[in-house]
Amino acid sequence: MIKNISNLGDAALYCDFGTEVNQEINSKVIRYFKSIQKENIDGINNLTPSYNKLIISFDLRKKNFQTIKQQIENLNVINDDVLESNKIKIPVCCDENFSLDIKRLEEKLQITRDKIYEKFFGKEFFCYMTGFIAGMPFLGDLENELQAKRLETPRVKVPKGSVGLTEQFANVYTFESPGGWNIIGNTPQVIFDRTNENNPNLINPGDVVTFEQITKDQYYNNNE
Amino acid sequence: MNKNYFEIKRAGINTTFQDQGRGNLYHIGIPFSGAMDNRNFQISNKLVGNEVNFPTIEFAYQGPLLKYLGENINFAITGDVKFLIRKKNNIIEGNCYQSFTLENGDELDIISTNKSVYGYLAVSGEFDVNYQWSSCSVNTKANIGANNGKKIEDGQKINISKINKNLTDKKLNYINSKIENIRVIQGTNFDYFSDEGKKVFFEKEFVISKLSDRMGMRLEGPKIENIVDTNIKSEGLLKGVIQVPADGNPIIMLSDHGTIGGYPKIGVVISADYDKLVQLTPGSKIKFKKVELADAETLFKLYDLETQNLISQI
Repeated sequence: MIKNISNLGDAALYCDFGTEVNQEINSKVIRYFKSIQKENIDGINNLTPSYNKLIISFDLRKKNFQTIKQQIENLNVINDDVLESNKIKIPVCCDENFSLDIKRLEEKLQITRDKIYEKFFGKEFFCYMTGFIAGMPFLGDLENELQAKRLETPRVKVPKGSVGLTEQFANVYTFESPGGWNIIGNTPQVIFDRTNENNPNLINPGDVVTFEQITKDQYYNNNE
Repeated sequence: MNKNYFEIKRAGINTTFQDQGRGNLYHIGIPFSGAMDNRNFQISNKLVGNEVNFPTIEFAYQGPLLKYLGENINFAITGDVKFLIRKKNNIIEGNCYQSFTLENGDELDIISTNKSVYGYLAVSGEFDVNYQWSSCSVNTKANIGANNGKKIEDGQKINISKINKNLTDKKLNYINSKIENIRVIQGTNFDYFSDEGKKVFFEKEFVISKLSDRMGMRLEGPKIENIVDTNIKSEGLLKGVIQVPADGNPIIMLSDHGTIGGYPKIGVVISADYDKLVQLTPGSKIKFKKVELADAETLFKLYDLETQNLISQI
């Protein structure tokens, strides 16, 4: 099921499941991820599933690329790919102070901001993965008219709660961080809870997320 | 209840608790964190008779000024650091890689690192820190780890427990060597770059930008030309990965890096060179040298053996 395994540096395997982004390939990645977690292979110290890749990090003091690669090739992959799925609503305010890149998007996409919001709000998005910063969900898919590239130079600081778009994806910055996505608004909702060690993420892979537009007043009331 | 503590008179620029970091959390977006320079972190603990993975205080550039109150305790500082011990009647100029004793009322003034970034302070006891996901390492972006995931601040107290009653002086003869050539393995998107871009990457000099911290190191210099796509579908990152965004300026991921990224990966710094890479200050000039996986594995074995030898000499 893995199309190719190569090395990423000297202490990680780069497992390639394909180039397309869709739920079918993504669920294969998740299945491998869960199988490796279950096996608890000595020396593996991190796993990063994404749309269509899985990166397996290992402790170079204990193992090397060849030995881990063999173990992964001989892995028993679990077959139940039913992902637990929650439906989550995220409130977003698009006040001028929050929608940092709306003008850029209007120019790049050649449509008005009202049209952008109309196509974005109320639509159901699928969560492919979480990461970049703790708890950040990668959601898809945006329709073609809303697809733009990242900023050419990433921002040094994107504010906490920012909702961003890039290509066919949307995300939420769970706290202030560098980043290059096109920011269209901000949510007062807590997406990552660091005090909850067992389940810190509000949104997990497989969940279905809908964004709802709120006013500035509603935004600040939600914060209280 | 706790009678042994440091009072922070001056916190310094970027002073945090760090240990070996936390694994197995990339999938929810949490990086390893941990001491940037792992060798110097471990040595500091060994110099005060601790297990090598005990919590330490990591500082960058200007360090903290700490007043000590309590029973006699040993401490050691590693890196390339200028510091003073102010006693009631005299001032002692400190040396790295050597243990010193602090008495009640002494002040430890960690003035600055010399032409390097990070230094480590270990004490012959345990800092009272809280752990998250079994590590005290502070990640200030996600506010994870000891001290509520924040930098150490002016005026706060740091309690110390379980002080070793048997204080033994320890010393290590060691000088940090600097590197200018960073060895890298080709990245998974190496072919996204033009022949000219590849040549620039391996032959030209890059300068470390001021916009560098525990998350990443930005580089300035000749632009690296991309001929395929300046974005990739977002996927996992690792410390040492070198991404090149559309502006053509490489960024090296460091210990608090984002776990996922969408810029093409031109290379990955080998594990053997990581500790020395992080110590390079803004304005330093570096060059990248290509190595193969087998060589990188051997170089790491040698580097790790050297670290173990240093630790066993203490």
